Amino acid sequence: MIEVRNVTKQYGSKNVVENVSVKIAKGKITSFIGPNGAGKSTLLSMISRLLTKDQGEVFIEGQEIGQAKSSELAKKISILKQSNHITVRLTIRELVSFGRFPYSQGNLTKEDWKYVDEAIQYLELTDIQHKYLDQLSGGQRQRAYIAMVVAQNTEYVLLDEPLNNLDMKHSVQIMKVLRRLVDEMGKTVVIVIHDINFASVYSDYIVALKDGKVVKEGTTDEIITRPILKDVYDMDIHIEDIDENKICVYFA
Amino acid sequence: MKAKIGALSLVAIALIAIFMMIDAGGNWDYVLPRRAKKILAIILTGCIIAFSTMIFQTITNNRILTPSIIGLDSLYMFIQTFVIFVFGSTHFTLMNNNVNFLISTGGMVLFAGLLYKFLFKREGQNIYFLLLIGLILGTLFSSLSTFMQVLIDPNEFLVVQDRMFASFNNVKTDLLITSFVLVIGIMIYFWRYIKYLDVLSLGRDQAINLGIPYDFVIKRFLIVIAILVSIATALVGPITFLGLLVANLAHQFMKTYQHKYLLVGSALISVIALVGGLLIVERVLAFSTTLSVIVNFIGGVYFIYLLLKENKA
Repeated sequence: MIEVRNVTKQYGSKNVVENVSVKIAKGKITSFIGPNGAGKSTLLSMISRLLTKDQGEVFIEGQEIGQAKSSELAKKISILKQSNHITVRLTIRELVSFGRFPYSQGNLTKEDWKYVDEAIQYLELTDIQHKYLDQLSGGQRQRAYIAMVVAQNTEYVLLDEPLNNLDMKHSVQIMKVLRRLVDEMGKTVVIVIHDINFASVYSDYIVALKDGKVVKEGTTDEIITRPILKDVYDMDIHIEDIDENKICVYFA
Repeated sequence: MKAKIGALSLVAIALIAIFMMIDAGGNWDYVLPRRAKKILAIILTGCIIAFSTMIFQTITNNRILTPSIIGLDSLYMFIQTFVIFVFGSTHFTLMNNNVNFLISTGGMVLFAGLLYKFLFKREGQNIYFLLLIGLILGTLFSSLSTFMQVLIDPNEFLVVQDRMFASFNNVKTDLLITSFVLVIGIMIYFWRYIKYLDVLSLGRDQAINLGIPYDFVIKRFLIVIAILVSIATALVGPITFLGLLVANLAHQFMKTYQHKYLLVGSALISVIALVGGLLIVERVLAFSTTLSVIVNFIGGVYFIYLLLKENKA
């Protein structure tokens, strides 16, 4: 379990994240939703130690992340940010093999390569695994990065807007992969997501943030309701039940 | 990959052999030790420049930077100018190479140390901030140098000017040995951090995700770079621009992300460029210009090419 206690982040005098406490349950997909500037990505970055927190504590399975060794944390928790611009030219397979660094420190064993192969297969990248990243479409590249995280084989997988710039087909494909990670491999997935319908259909638990504070958290059914969404987004959102999924209609 | 390294090594050895043998005129006892000394200085500085630039470009994730941006070259020129300005060109600090070497290296390492200490004390400073401060201080040093250079006697200025360009012609043997020992010691000590370089080229976020103690490692690398560059500069003069050429050629030639190959490849290319350049200077141009003029000319042209190419992409 990840437990966030009273975490605060300030930029200048502005509290981007203010006194946030959340518990993230194992074996579930948890989504952070909220309008732009709500502090979702900042919170995710603090949980994954990419950003230092000004106040508060983050416990991963009872251990405070500031106290833990970074190299040990890399075997428990992985994070994928939305923009991944890299200057070196890598093939998919090379990128995915970096996921084994926490275990092998660069000298990959046979077992490490087995994980790499599995991750590539899992994301259906086997046919194009020797292609360079700059030759790929946005969807393929995103899958390659997710494959790297899968090869890292951590209990917790954190993703910052994994659907950014993807079309419908690839978005669905990525969300199905995340669902399978949870259902088949027992991982815990935390995502920051803008498309509220993807959050509604694919996640188990939703944390709604606004102005750096948690407005409401609960199971998907509890959060995807008209009054709560109005509170979060300041919009009157119509909710339809379609095939047991709650779909928000917010276009008009 | 090994074949490429092999080919580069062959070219380097061939060039070194030509350099050692050419126009010897039978006076082997006289020629060989002198040329060997020059070659050793070249290998040492070549490797230093290649390593420091390659590491610097990887940790800054930027392929058009060299360590000269943190102002070490300018500081070197400032120290040289300052000594001449205050003591005159015949003073022992300038005449005695050991003293000069110690003062220059010490000054540069101290400067880098203070810069990092000041900047890393506050948490979460990003590396570009450090580069910016280095750039500003570098400009300050070169302005101060220019200021003093226009005030001193023209004869004294000639001595300063002589130090502005890298030269392998008057390297002192004892300095060379000291530097070699120092550099090899540093290399052995820092070899264990080399594995981090591949991951660092993925950027800060990925590096932290994969469990690298990012701030710690970056700080170590920057200190190593400062020490290495200081040694090379104090030994032969400002020459970091060569690194730009060498590191990028290594990337294009080796076509790999693995730094164990990139570092060796760039060091070899660096030695080839320096020995080749020196051969041209000494045999074709008959000493009418210095090596750094040629290096800076080719480096400059290549730099513009890089900018245009990156611009298109």
